[in-house]
Amino acid sequence: MAPFAMNGAKSKMQGGLMEYFVQQLVNGVTLGSIYGLIAIGYTLVYGIVGMINFAHGDIFMVGAFVALIVITALGLTASTGLGLSILALILVLVISMVVASVYGWTVERVAYRPLRGSFRLAPLITAIGMSIVLQNFVQISQGARVKPLQPIISGGHTLMRRVDAQGEFAVQISNMQIFIIVITFSLMVAFTLLIAKTPLGRAQRACEQDTKMAALSGINVDHTISLTFVLGAALAAVAGLMFLLYYGVIDFFIGFVAGVKAFTAAVLGGIGSLPGAMLGGMVIGLIETFWSAYFSIEYKDVAAFAMLALVLIFLPQGLLGKPEVEKV
Amino acid sequence: MSAAPLLAVSEVETFYGKIQALRGVSLEVFDGEIVTLIGANGAGKSTLMMTICGTPQARNGQIVYNGADITRLPTHQIMQLGIAQSPEGRRIFGRMTVMENLRIGASVTDPAYFDEDLERVFALFPLLKERQNQRGGTLSGGEQQMLAIARALMARPRLLLLDEPSLGLAPLVIRQIFSAIQELNEQQGLTVFLVEQNAHHALRLAHRGYVMVNGKITMSGTGIELLARPEIRAAYLEGGAH
Repeated sequence: MAPFAMNGAKSKMQGGLMEYFVQQLVNGVTLGSIYGLIAIGYTLVYGIVGMINFAHGDIFMVGAFVALIVITALGLTASTGLGLSILALILVLVISMVVASVYGWTVERVAYRPLRGSFRLAPLITAIGMSIVLQNFVQISQGARVKPLQPIISGGHTLMRRVDAQGEFAVQISNMQIFIIVITFSLMVAFTLLIAKTPLGRAQRACEQDTKMAALSGINVDHTISLTFVLGAALAAVAGLMFLLYYGVIDFFIGFVAGVKAFTAAVLGGIGSLPGAMLGGMVIGLIETFWSAYFSIEYKDVAAFAMLALVLIFLPQGLLGKPEVEKV
Repeated sequence: MSAAPLLAVSEVETFYGKIQALRGVSLEVFDGEIVTLIGANGAGKSTLMMTICGTPQARNGQIVYNGADITRLPTHQIMQLGIAQSPEGRRIFGRMTVMENLRIGASVTDPAYFDEDLERVFALFPLLKERQNQRGGTLSGGEQQMLAIARALMARPRLLLLDEPSLGLAPLVIRQIFSAIQELNEQQGLTVFLVEQNAHHALRLAHRGYVMVNGKITMSGTGIELLARPEIRAAYLEGGAH
């Protein structure tokens, strides 16, 4: 059976151009949806309190660790049937979201809220501090070694197949990629509806646009900010589980690189914009994947961060950034 | 007039950092009244409005609403007691539709009232009904002012705080807004506390008025009394009447 986690990676020389491209597209969308989920947390928090929550990447890491612990506790392996695996993973997902939410809530309550209204750099410095605290906490409590996970969902589908003189090349989408993409996209849709249609989402947007007026309308601003952190953390935990399933290894440091990339995605999409975060995540995931596929895998991070530099220079408000505040 | 005032502000002092904006302000608003506070730019009128709502909180003094001390309550709790404000600068949520702005206004009420309240504010400002799906930021100044008042009314307030509803508006629109205020007061018994620079209109509309100078109340009386005072005429009315 083909190693699904690295679909197509070894077949560069064999495959037709089109098939190779499609395969990378599948991989890129999978990765992009993970970045998008993390980026939402950055963008929401920035929108409402105007700070970059640098501990957000580490909440994602905590989510991945919780997921690994629960998977191990449940004794999930590849031999568990597909249906049962998916049900169990949804349970893992929920537990991981809840635990990460508690972390996200606590970080805001303990480290950020007391500094609200303080000088501008204070929350930034504390956020970096919280990031280090979370990393060290996980390093000490879980060990510094890389933690592997055996593939749980196996099997997949062949999307395209090409046989020619050079051999055979099949475009594969693994069941796990399908699981990642379906769960991510459903959550993004649900989340977008939550923000657009529900009273909670309205309160969230009101606080984002004018905190004082939101309070004057009877909205509990502190409560709404806490909820924003909780929602962001829950989505980061989803990304954590997806990352764990996709790469099969995690350690206490994964939050840093993934966090910086998701932050790049949020800036690329236009920080503060929800659809921007999803789009930005997708673009970063695709750039990284295609760069690895066509140029060099060593420089994939350079490609992603070069993108950040270019965006900041030429498009500081991002792809879907908000126009300047309209006031009459 | 009932014995206890609906709103009693006593000896309130508010600071912005080290700068004192209110220097011991006392005033009362009784149930069913329209009370206006007039004064020049920077006198502290809007600060008083905001202090009543707890943002910023008064450093000294006391604010009692409906018999309860609200001086130290957080803003959102004060607004849940039946006080609503249409603030200075209107503060419309520009990236939300008119309807969403109204829904935000109704945050503190039982959702069961929403349709009925919506009908009420649309009857008062029919223009908003036409514009209900338009984004707040695209409305004209007068429409935004109507929306700000309508949003406050959606909270079903007992006490409505209006901060300069006439600012920057055409005389025709001002008349429309003032007649809406009068209608709310007469037909629905709404108590209104109105801050205005447009002293002429405000004093004619209000039952009673206060004059604020440099963070202090310097005069008070019925609207008609104040209108007749020569120092008021000189300071606030000459050239200012429409």
